[in-house]
Amino acid sequence: MGLRGWRRIGFYGVCAALLVWTIFPVYYMVMLSLVSWEDLFKPRLYVVNPTFENYLQTFAQSNYFVSQFWAQLYNSVAIALMTTAAVLVIGTLGSYALARIRFRGSRAIQNMTLFTYIIPSSFLCIPFFKLMADYDLIGTKLSVILVMITFASPYAVWILWDYGKTIPPDIDEAAAIDGAGPLAVFFRIYLPLILPPMVAIATYAFLYSWNEYLYAVLFLSGEKHITIPVAMGNFLATDDAPWNILMTVSVLYSIPPVIFYYCFRRHLVSGLVSGAVTGV
Amino acid sequence: MNETAVAAAPVATARPEPWLGRALLGLTFCGPLVAVFLALVLYPIFYMIYMGLDWDIYDAIFDDPIFIQTLWNTVIFVGVAVNVKMFLALTLSALFSVESRISRILSGLLLLPWAIPSLPGILAFRWMLNGQWGIVNKILNDLGLEGYPWLVRRPTAIAAAVVYHIWKYLPFWTLIFVAGRRSIPKELYEAGEIDGTAPLQKFRYITFPMLRNLYMICSLLSMVFTLGDFVIIKIMTGGAPGDSSHVLATLAYRYAFQMGNIDWAVGTFMTALPITLLFIFILMRWVK
Repeated sequence: MGLRGWRRIGFYGVCAALLVWTIFPVYYMVMLSLVSWEDLFKPRLYVVNPTFENYLQTFAQSNYFVSQFWAQLYNSVAIALMTTAAVLVIGTLGSYALARIRFRGSRAIQNMTLFTYIIPSSFLCIPFFKLMADYDLIGTKLSVILVMITFASPYAVWILWDYGKTIPPDIDEAAAIDGAGPLAVFFRIYLPLILPPMVAIATYAFLYSWNEYLYAVLFLSGEKHITIPVAMGNFLATDDAPWNILMTVSVLYSIPPVIFYYCFRRHLVSGLVSGAVTGV
Repeated sequence: MNETAVAAAPVATARPEPWLGRALLGLTFCGPLVAVFLALVLYPIFYMIYMGLDWDIYDAIFDDPIFIQTLWNTVIFVGVAVNVKMFLALTLSALFSVESRISRILSGLLLLPWAIPSLPGILAFRWMLNGQWGIVNKILNDLGLEGYPWLVRRPTAIAAAVVYHIWKYLPFWTLIFVAGRRSIPKELYEAGEIDGTAPLQKFRYITFPMLRNLYMICSLLSMVFTLGDFVIIKIMTGGAPGDSSHVLATLAYRYAFQMGNIDWAVGTFMTALPITLLFIFILMRWVK
């Protein structure tokens, strides 16, 4: 499409403004992670004396604020991986029933997954806190994992179900005639076929949990037991927080999601879009 | 009845599948999902409603000026952030549906705010807006303007939260609208071209009517999501100055976990629950 004259200038102008607006905060975050403590208080648009000192301190846990960095990273990864595993089990089983079996009650199950997907998770934080306290789960990873499963599963079911519907039913019927039971059909036929969206779902569940702040801050405490975002929030409790190290942790914490998003971008966006666009 | 139906009949009767058997099978496969829903969605909701049945709570919180101010903050935050974002997303989606190398590269880079988790982004904004050492005031000073204590004044603190929200979520919704535009049949535009329709008229008579439903659904969905937002205000302002910039979730958190007043926190969410449920049910009907 050829744009000419003013419209061409306008197009490039908007593109340039958009680029600066999008990139600048990210650029500034990376830049701050490379400045020394003294330079932190001399705001500039670029780094004069870039240093990897902040990264070294973080990896060596030699600053008070990052003294449990590796333990916290482990907690974040462990919670995210367990959530992912559980969401995959719940999602594949549920989507198989919805996509392949016509049964009474499927309508109600569709409605409740949609409801759970839409309701803001924070609205349930008080009863969740009471619930976890009643079952003595406060402070355990399980408490956070349970909440993450609750809010990440509906979307998983939804996307897998959408995909599962497109597999021709003849395949199941042929397998059934050969004497395969529902479990055999599920494991040998359904699972291999829905592998592509499962990758997207696993990414989604992992990142949902990786990014969670509210429930992690509610349920976890103690430097050794919290996740990375909770530790980052704790920086703000003091006035003399080392923001250059905080930005270093920010960069490190952002790297896995950014890699995931760019690797699985097509899956994630098309999945999200098909949900929203076909719903119209 | 034709031949194929007759031929197919024996197969169907060979493996009779009564509805009860299928229902049991379906519910078995959905078992974990249903269990999670009952124990971790339905039960907490009713637990909260049960805790919120005490009318004294509402007498107390509606007497708290901070609560009233928080309701207004939430309405402003959600109303402005979501609507400005959606309007911009719809506008920008036009830019990205122009097929060119630049828009393809740009759409890749635009994903960055969406890919980066909330906390790092909010913290970067917070430091950039810092009154003493922030780059925003530094640039203003270099231009010969006065700096401003952005996060220490209520209007600009809420505005900062709005700006961050738009920065973070604009890319995602833009992509949704790009996909929406791509699903509009090309023939409509070709027909318009033959009739000599001007670009603005094309938007008015073809694009907008085709995207109207999507736009409404996305706006409402985003409003419900944003209504429960906790992390933006918590990390950007922490409710400062003087608890004047709270939204529902951060105020409830303060009531429950900093003041030890769980009932007031329940009351805060319960006040917003009717309108939230109404929005959710409208959405569920639309999305069907």
